[in-house]
Amino acid sequence: MKTPEEIFNYLTNQFGEEDLSFESRDIGQPWITVLASKIREVSKFLRDDSELLFDTLMCLSGIHYPKEEELGVAYHLHSTKLTHNIALKVRVPESKPNVPSVESIWKTANWHEREAWDMVGVVFDDHPNHKRILLPDDWEGHPLRKDYVQQEFYQGMPTGE
Amino acid sequence: MGMLDKKYHDSNIIIVSLEKALNWARKNSLWYEQFGLACCAIEMMATAASRYDFDRFGIIPRSSPRQADVMIVAGTVTMKMASRIKRLYEQMSEPRYVISMGSCSNCGGPYWEHGYHVLKGVDKVIPVDVYVPGCPPRPEALLEGFLKLQEIITGESVIKKKDEELEAVKAEIIDSNKNED
Repeated sequence: MKTPEEIFNYLTNQFGEEDLSFESRDIGQPWITVLASKIREVSKFLRDDSELLFDTLMCLSGIHYPKEEELGVAYHLHSTKLTHNIALKVRVPESKPNVPSVESIWKTANWHEREAWDMVGVVFDDHPNHKRILLPDDWEGHPLRKDYVQQEFYQGMPTGE
Repeated sequence: MGMLDKKYHDSNIIIVSLEKALNWARKNSLWYEQFGLACCAIEMMATAASRYDFDRFGIIPRSSPRQADVMIVAGTVTMKMASRIKRLYEQMSEPRYVISMGSCSNCGGPYWEHGYHVLKGVDKVIPVDVYVPGCPPRPEALLEGFLKLQEIITGESVIKKKDEELEAVKAEIIDSNKNED
């Protein structure tokens, strides 16, 4: 079992300090920010390394940062064998919101990534079934974006009053 | 009472107008389309179960819209579901009725302002005969809704409707003649 700091130091030994950074606040769990292009590599290492063994992706969430005009993805990982946890975060610009899919590493990511695409609009490269999961396929926009404007009609039906 | 009384006393005959007999039969065999969308469906199931027992009114669930007389829209109507509801309604054979159950299907309920995904009232898509308020309505309320629907059916008339349509057509013809003059 490792603390988040120990996990971060272990990762920097493997990947160097350029692509990773450790952040924590007074409240809540600390996290490691990962460069988007490195996320799949780091994820695979986290899952397979004998001292980390993160076999479970507990949650994957899409986030919108309207001030920075960025989108984010948060990964919450858990190891059932070593019972330690870590959170990863990835940030990408709104104009090019591409994040490599981790579906090939944790199957849980399949639906979670579809939800992040549906609600926030993060594009997951190499996802095997990259389409909306909750809203209908012909819906316009991503409703959990802070600047979301609802369409007035959907298939001729009013969405408002 | 008189002669009629005696005449039919032993042979179990009731004299009633055809219309009333038809309406009586229809209102006591309301088969509803099972249509659970959200938490209201739980109350609908409770109403159909042994404690409240829909069946004593001749109200029984059907799984096909083609066999159903009345559709209970029980729950939140999302935009995605609305087109399906419309199709199911169109598949029902006439005469058909709709009971809108609960705040969500009446007007959008708790989603009326910020629910981008919810239709603000099922009556924007299909005509509704009875609205049952509540969130969700208790089984008694749904039963009350069915009693109201029975009232509506009791007051219906095949002949009157035909007459009204005929009058409307006549009025139209007269109007068009006037315009030509």
